[in-house]
Amino acid sequence: MTLVVFSGELDKALATFNIANAAAAMGMEVTMFFTFWGLNVVRKNRGLSKPKDFMRRMLGWMNPGGAATLKLSKLNMMGIGTRMMKGLMKQERMPSLQELISMAAAQGVHFIACTTSINMMGLTEEDFIPEVKEFAGAAAFLGEARQGHVNLFI
Amino acid sequence: MQADATLDCLGLYCPMPIVQTAQRIKELPVGEVLEVLSDDRGIEKDMPAWCQATGQEYLGLEKNAGEYRVYVRRKK
Repeated sequence: MTLVVFSGELDKALATFNIANAAAAMGMEVTMFFTFWGLNVVRKNRGLSKPKDFMRRMLGWMNPGGAATLKLSKLNMMGIGTRMMKGLMKQERMPSLQELISMAAAQGVHFIACTTSINMMGLTEEDFIPEVKEFAGAAAFLGEARQGHVNLFI
Repeated sequence: MQADATLDCLGLYCPMPIVQTAQRIKELPVGEVLEVLSDDRGIEKDMPAWCQATGQEYLGLEKNAGEYRVYVRRKK
């Protein structure tokens, strides 16, 4: 199974990783391709390590990375909604996004980060969490997608 | 139904019961039965689907006041 992770929102990232973990638990080979805002899900919790110009530096400020910084796609309410959602998840003993990411990596899910988006946003390989081991483009991703039965765009 | 081992997933939601089942079943000798406790309704369909995908044997389910006991035999 392959998933294109385009969204950088907390609720979408949670759904993505829930499905990826379930698929891996069912013995499916899972590849996740993080592109555009999806890169934020697998970035380290900080700004850019080496912004190459002013525009990139600005983008880095406005677009900080990391699973901990993601917001809900609806009802974010200046961060209050997101905090409340995280509180509910804790109450229901649901794993956090960071835990779901570690779990996916532990189950052998492949994480690919899109090099085009990385270049555009001024990111480098050091800006990503260790679970991301591959940096590639659409062709590499499609090579895997072609062999799979399920492909999702989130 | 008799089981050789029990996995308590009460209070956990999908995908946790099947992720933990996948891990726990690897620790069982082939032929033994794992009993999974869950109060997530999804388990009724999730477990048979997981068994079909992984080639393990789905033995059945007992439901008791919102608590499910699902039985899986390790075949491979």
